[in-house]
Amino acid sequence: MTKPLKQIHLAAHFPGVNNTTVWSDPEAGSHIEFSSFAHFARTAERAKFDFLFLAEGLRLREQGGKIYDLDVVGRPDTFTILAALAAVTDRLGLTGTINSTFNEPYEVARQFASLDHLSGGRSAWNVVTSWDAFTGENFRRGGFLPQDERYSRAKEFLTTATELFDSWHGDEIVADQETGVFLRDAKAGAFVHTGQHFDIHGQFNVPRSPQGRPVIFQAGDSEEGREFAASAADAIFSRYATLKDGQAFYTDVKNRLAKYGRGHRDLLILPAATFVLGDTDAEAEELAREVRRQQVSGATALKHLEFVWNRDLSSYDPEGPLPDIDPDVSENHISKGRAQVRMYRDPLAIAREWRELAAANNWSIRDLVINTGNRQTFVGSPETVARTINDYVQADASDGFILVPHITPTGLDTFADKVVPLLQEQGVFRTEYEGTTLRDHLGLAHPDHARGERAAS
Amino acid sequence: MSPSSPLHLAVALDGTGWHPASWREPVARPRELFTAGYWADLVAEAEHGLLDFVTFEDGLGLQSSHHLAPDDRTDQVRGRLDAVLLAARIAPLTRHIGLVPTAVVTHTEPFHLSKAIATLDYVSTGRAGVRVQITARPHEAEHFGRRAIPRIESYDSPVVTDLFDEAADYVEVVRRLWDSWEDDAEIRDAATGRFIDRDKLHYIDFEGRHFSVKGPSITPRPPQGQPLVTALAHQTVPYRLVARQADVGYVTPRDAEHAREIVAEIRAEQETAGRAGQPVHVFGDLVVFLDDDPAAATARRERLDEAAGEPYDSDARVFAGSPDQLADLLQELQATGLTGFRLRPAVLGHDLPAITRGLVPELQRRDAFRQAYEADTLRGLLGLARPANRYAAA
Repeated sequence: MTKPLKQIHLAAHFPGVNNTTVWSDPEAGSHIEFSSFAHFARTAERAKFDFLFLAEGLRLREQGGKIYDLDVVGRPDTFTILAALAAVTDRLGLTGTINSTFNEPYEVARQFASLDHLSGGRSAWNVVTSWDAFTGENFRRGGFLPQDERYSRAKEFLTTATELFDSWHGDEIVADQETGVFLRDAKAGAFVHTGQHFDIHGQFNVPRSPQGRPVIFQAGDSEEGREFAASAADAIFSRYATLKDGQAFYTDVKNRLAKYGRGHRDLLILPAATFVLGDTDAEAEELAREVRRQQVSGATALKHLEFVWNRDLSSYDPEGPLPDIDPDVSENHISKGRAQVRMYRDPLAIAREWRELAAANNWSIRDLVINTGNRQTFVGSPETVARTINDYVQADASDGFILVPHITPTGLDTFADKVVPLLQEQGVFRTEYEGTTLRDHLGLAHPDHARGERAAS
Repeated sequence: MSPSSPLHLAVALDGTGWHPASWREPVARPRELFTAGYWADLVAEAEHGLLDFVTFEDGLGLQSSHHLAPDDRTDQVRGRLDAVLLAARIAPLTRHIGLVPTAVVTHTEPFHLSKAIATLDYVSTGRAGVRVQITARPHEAEHFGRRAIPRIESYDSPVVTDLFDEAADYVEVVRRLWDSWEDDAEIRDAATGRFIDRDKLHYIDFEGRHFSVKGPSITPRPPQGQPLVTALAHQTVPYRLVARQADVGYVTPRDAEHAREIVAEIRAEQETAGRAGQPVHVFGDLVVFLDDDPAAATARRERLDEAAGEPYDSDARVFAGSPDQLADLLQELQATGLTGFRLRPAVLGHDLPAITRGLVPELQRRDAFRQAYEADTLRGLLGLARPANRYAAA
């Protein structure tokens, strides 16, 4: 007997501050005007995607003490843009990254509950953490949080927010105009939370929302991050979009679910993925090479190398060989507010590896960065890309993908028009939305139903 | 702003209306309070009446009939949605009207609010404002657990003065963040590979008694440059906030004489703050019951009071009468130096259409109100220029 085909989940990531958007392309539009977000969201909804995703950054990045100026810079407020997008879409899920370090549970819970009401049950929260005092300088809380407390705060933040979401049960608003009873219970929304990070009590002031709670995403990849996701998230935004790495991550995280009393389908694995489409595979490959060259200018290549070398490399020729000096391994890093810095945990080893790679291939600095840094996930004709995506999902490398186009805001259009119909023909992607909420799209239980079932068992 | 200037009109949206029994009226739709459609209909009605803007009330606790504590009542509207998100949800559905959500500045982050209102300005293409509000309620402080607010006897306590000083710092931070990107900071210079000109981005380096904020914003300067900052004020301390930091202050005069005093006090505070030359609108707040037959308005007020079990009292003057009588009152008050009014409909489903379809045509007949939207931005509607960026080299 053959295994039934898994249904693919697809989402679209509106590129925020990033170095992959080809902003110099004549087709590239505004990355900040609402019309761009509306176009992108409507395309995703036309293609029956599960949701739109927004990342977050709370301080402009710096390198060598100066604001980084080579990439797309500037982004809107997540909640505000998602609420506005709820007005121009009907079914598309709306997922926002919101930091648990520079916010408070009461405020974030009422924002997500409000978004869920205002979108008719389409909100999702990607819970992230930050320890970084650099970002903290923009907040009255400051850079107060030691690195080892970031997950304990995040965990308690999510627990507390969940207590707030659950403080209303859904039947409190009576609004009986005849009898004059508006609220069934004067203590609606009552909560008490006493913990290490939060000691709060009172009444939550947003009634229970259509989804009960927003869908919870998690994006960290550390041991603690994986454990946090297995215990508390509905989906993981992962960065393993290759078959082998994806399968390893998938197996690892799904195997952690049982100890929290959760089933295999209670947590979706959704890696971020880029794509380049052409009429033929060869044409797509050629286009992909061109895109990579546009994404990595000489100046960008040098700055990228500085993440590892932790030195000012502006005197080097990007078309020349790699520096023969070793990286500076001191704590004070030349680059501030960039995730990449944390990806290169052993700079000396990476520098050695890169020098060897460059020597073996006769690569310049720019060639090296182009060939190691930004290789697209799916490159090919629509047929090839559709087949590959389906193969990955059926082989349990993921449950679907969060697609990041390199053109804003029209970069999703071709995918919607050419790839999605092929997935639909194969019977692995919806042709119509079956439900109205994001939980419906993702096949996740409504928390109230889950609660009812647990109570009954 | 000469006395003959057309007056400006805003409407304050809150629940089903400002009378606590308003939700029991047949027109009230109390079961739809937590749906976008309910609010979209209200704002569409306000836009139909060519109003300058609507405000959305908000708070960090359940509504209460006590100023400073919860009341455990079940016979009034309780619960509300975040006002900034609500305004953003409505923005794409409207084209002309200004959208001014309330934001509590006591327990929130100025960095977050700055980008939220900047983004509201983007999604509404230049129609955003904010009404800043402090909270001195101890139980709301306990929702955050980060600071205790001591129980106060009245709103002229030193605790409140301190909260208003903090609010002034907060608005200063928000305004600096809006200016922290110059308008032409995004250059997309293919020749050098630079997306932005970093010399046109500025650290705000705010250092205050309550907090410090580095900047720049993550959001580019919004379409209006500076979205509208507004505040409700009843006494000298909040008047000072209006004079120092606001574009519009809402005040609650009892009569024309009182209105004259308030306007004089705000103008004097403006002078002290070095903002004498800057236009600051002073709007009178009024709760309104409007019916073509004045007796019907009064009877309706009595009927609602009876349903509520007590007479309705408000910080603002309560008007019950005909649109014609209200137009008389507004013009009388306008002559004292008020530049506009924020009307608080007693029952939104009844008194909002009475404003847009009764009061507005009456004011138009008197040549005292616009016949069509004459500007694309909220600042434009209020006759306020787009401000220069404080950080841009002259």
